[in-house]
Amino acid sequence: MGRATAESLAKKQKEISIGEFFQANKQILGFDSLTRSLITAVKEGVDNSLDACEEAGILPDIYVEVAYAAKTDFKIIIEDNGPGIVKRQIPNVFGRLLYGSRFHSIRQSRGQQGIGISAVVMYGQLSTGKPTYIISKTEKEEVAHWMKLVLNTKKNRAEVIEEDFKVWDDKEHGTRVEVFVQGRYIAGKQSILEYLKGTAIVNPHAEITFKDPNGEITEFHRVTEELPHITREIKPHPKGIELGHFINMAKASKHRRMIAFMTDEFSRVSPRVAREILENADVREKQSPRTLSIEDARAVLKAIDKVKIMAPQTDCLSPIGETLIKKGLRNVLAGLKPKFYAPPVTRDPKVYSGHPFQIEVGMVYGGELPKDRPVEILRFANRVPLLYQQGSDVITNAIARVDWRRYGLEQRGGKGIPYGPAVILVHVASTQIPFTSEAKDAIANIKVIEGEIERALRLCARRLKTHLGKSAKKAKNKEKFDIVQQLLPEIAKKSASIVGKPVPKLGKTITNIMNVIWVNDNVEFEKNRHRVSIDIYNYTSTGKKLNLHAEMPTKGLNEKKIVPMPSEINGEKVTWKLKKIPSTEVINVSFEYTGLGEDELGDIELFVSEINPAIVIGAEPLPGDWDLDEKARQSLFDFDEEEELAELEEAEEEEENGDVDYDEATEVIDDE
Amino acid sequence: MMSEDRHKKAVDELYHIANDIYTQIEKGKIPKMELPLRSKKNIQFAPRKGVWKYGNMKGVRSAKKLNGAYMLLRTMYMLEFIKDMIKENKSSTLREMYYISEGWDLAKFGSQDESNNLAEDLEIVTTCMREDFKLRPEEDGARIIGNLTLQETNRKGVKKKLNCRDDVGDSGYSVPYNVEEEKIKFLDTDAKFIIAIETGGMFDRLVENGFDEDYDAIVLHLKGQPARSTRRLMKRLNEEMGLPILVFTDCDPWSFRIFSSIAFGAIKTAHISEYLATPAAQYIGITTSDILNYDLPTDTLNSQDVKALKSELTDPRFKDRFWRDEIELMLKINKKAEQQALAKYGLGFVTDTYLPEKLAELGIAKK
Repeated sequence: MGRATAESLAKKQKEISIGEFFQANKQILGFDSLTRSLITAVKEGVDNSLDACEEAGILPDIYVEVAYAAKTDFKIIIEDNGPGIVKRQIPNVFGRLLYGSRFHSIRQSRGQQGIGISAVVMYGQLSTGKPTYIISKTEKEEVAHWMKLVLNTKKNRAEVIEEDFKVWDDKEHGTRVEVFVQGRYIAGKQSILEYLKGTAIVNPHAEITFKDPNGEITEFHRVTEELPHITREIKPHPKGIELGHFINMAKASKHRRMIAFMTDEFSRVSPRVAREILENADVREKQSPRTLSIEDARAVLKAIDKVKIMAPQTDCLSPIGETLIKKGLRNVLAGLKPKFYAPPVTRDPKVYSGHPFQIEVGMVYGGELPKDRPVEILRFANRVPLLYQQGSDVITNAIARVDWRRYGLEQRGGKGIPYGPAVILVHVASTQIPFTSEAKDAIANIKVIEGEIERALRLCARRLKTHLGKSAKKAKNKEKFDIVQQLLPEIAKKSASIVGKPVPKLGKTITNIMNVIWVNDNVEFEKNRHRVSIDIYNYTSTGKKLNLHAEMPTKGLNEKKIVPMPSEINGEKVTWKLKKIPSTEVINVSFEYTGLGEDELGDIELFVSEINPAIVIGAEPLPGDWDLDEKARQSLFDFDEEEELAELEEAEEEEENGDVDYDEATEVIDDE
Repeated sequence: MMSEDRHKKAVDELYHIANDIYTQIEKGKIPKMELPLRSKKNIQFAPRKGVWKYGNMKGVRSAKKLNGAYMLLRTMYMLEFIKDMIKENKSSTLREMYYISEGWDLAKFGSQDESNNLAEDLEIVTTCMREDFKLRPEEDGARIIGNLTLQETNRKGVKKKLNCRDDVGDSGYSVPYNVEEEKIKFLDTDAKFIIAIETGGMFDRLVENGFDEDYDAIVLHLKGQPARSTRRLMKRLNEEMGLPILVFTDCDPWSFRIFSSIAFGAIKTAHISEYLATPAAQYIGITTSDILNYDLPTDTLNSQDVKALKSELTDPRFKDRFWRDEIELMLKINKKAEQQALAKYGLGFVTDTYLPEKLAELGIAKK
């Protein structure tokens, strides 16, 4: 054998098609095992459907079916009610890798690279030899398009084998993909059901139906009609941008002067800010970006760090929001009967490498969650559940860094994944999620992101702790309620009868025992009618005025029968400005629902405002995102939980005045 | 005090309790009652009486707490119930009162222990006895066999004279709940001591073996932890007839407690220790050293036993050298034994060998 020459090598050198590359490296896209491949296929399809629906402003209805086809082959059907795809684009969307509308835009979306769904089609074809079937209909079209296609992996093009029109019953618009893939169906922690569960939690606006290979159907119902707001494309934010990226942008700029380049191609850079940066960097305003030296580029980046620049716009991101995180968790985890849903935390957006990102955290505690196992971590990136590589994810790292012992969970040495009956949800939203690999399993360890997650976790944990403290207090107060409502009047009556005097007035004794505002709600169901009655007892020594707020379902609500008349009804949010309640007296608020089944009435959550929440039992302080505008959201971080906690503890200390409780101090006496 | 006066005193005292609660509510306070703590931390030796009594530590039963409020309400109901019984000249057993509380709505007791304890609380606060409240225990008194002649006033008011050996059957004379002088008078005995036995099996063994006649003994069956009447009777026999009390039990932590309630006074009834406890009572066995000396069959201590022994180590009543050594030795060998373990050496061993040896040790006359 002769040695290779440049010429002989050149004969072998040719372009590798993306299809061929994929075929050789399918593991990096999440098709590395049979189990994993099946999940990835479903995941890519569902992510695609959700993105499509949201972009078109449609509340998603998604149907997922996985069925046994032959041996290890499965048929996957994913059907949505999205906007549909025009005919000529169908082969591109499903049969061409790296074809997409989102790669070039800076905004938050689930898919980005345009690899997802076409990779599924390709994997299916390679593993089973079967083509993929697509049906899609747009609103404008009378009928749907039906297509049977395969992928030409050399050309990175789809080949349509057969196509036809199809009448799609009652479907106004939507897309249905039917693809055959090799896989293995399992249940458990890393499974399709878990993925869909996670998806339902962070997409409470979606209705998801899943039929598993055994024909069993699981439904995740929509719990809000509120669509995630449509994200806007933005330009990169200058903070944290990398040198290479910056130089590439400068070289490609159409602008002739740095001042224009900086102002026009970055977000949040006004001419004033640009001038300040350039001055700081000692770079002329008129300097051409195309000929900017590396040294000057470095200087500009340094200057960017020094100059105060507004945080990136938030409308390129679509956080789930505190109210909806809670609803989503409640919707999916209700079976475990958790005791507490800590008020979730949505942080303000921050920036890493020029990309805005935003952290959200939710926590669930108690109930039937296992006490002696590590807490369950639900990781999400742009509303997509992450199931694999938990150990190397920034979310896991941030959780391990928090000292959970301070918040009532077990943790050896104050480090690592805590133990206890809790579920921790972390959502990272960003225009560019820094995944560790193309398979999008884990988010890379980036310091600013880790720091933000940690802060959000601490804030949420503190809310949980406050919550736990309050709940213990509520149980204690429930006892007191029984005392003043039932026992004390009896004691007074009996003692009066023994001594032969009139029954004494109890007011002062009652306020001495309770010293709280007690909000007690009660729902009675009778003949298609839910009667909700809320009593607000003023067990303090002075008259009190407060606002009561309820977040309550509107379906079936008889608005005319709300007594007293609310001062405001805003969708599901109702407010009463109550009149002053004299000491030891009670005010009642009541309303009715008609036509609902006994279990159909959703949760009614009560809040109070314009009163120190520490003295109110049975209703939470009004959350900052009650009105979802920006200002109100900010004010959420204004009220100081620490202060509130301190007040609570103080109130509790007052109660202990050194008396030894006779019935608790006396040990079991067994010597007679 | 005549029983009429005692009932009147009881009514007055109970009125005070109710009035105190009433006044507190009238003044807008959270009603509460103060009681001496009934725990081993709060018992003190009263040298003049030679028994253990409650100390000065107080606890509070307050309507601020759910449990306290319930107990106060029950107290009110019980006061009313007792008041009515005294007025109508009726009486009830503790068990009957527990069942009557079924009709007390919220104030109903959770268990008979609760109602018994509350009756004792009232004794303590009022310094009356539960008999003054027209409450009496169920019949759980001891039985006696021995040459003791006494006179009991029976339910028809007839004074009956009887001998506890010759006028009774094999199960002996049964001690009634009231053993005060108005009910029982001791007339005569030639016995030299009383042997108080924990278990029925051992009582029957001694009777069958004729121990009472051979050793001039009165044999008494304690029936486990002795009832108030049993302890009161032993105290009277000790003081009025000059009979030494010898306590013969199993060898385990619970038997030690039987002895302590006879000799020192029980924690539960420390408010009336001077009526019930016999400071001169002696422990004859089975001691922990007997287990070793007689090589008796044993059982291993369970966790409850160990817990009870450790608790006894911090009990001020057990702080003398003898008890400390017994308890520590038991913990060390980790063994306990029953009275019946003596049968290892034959049915006659306990009366022929063991007890004579132990009696000699204690300096009580041998036959």
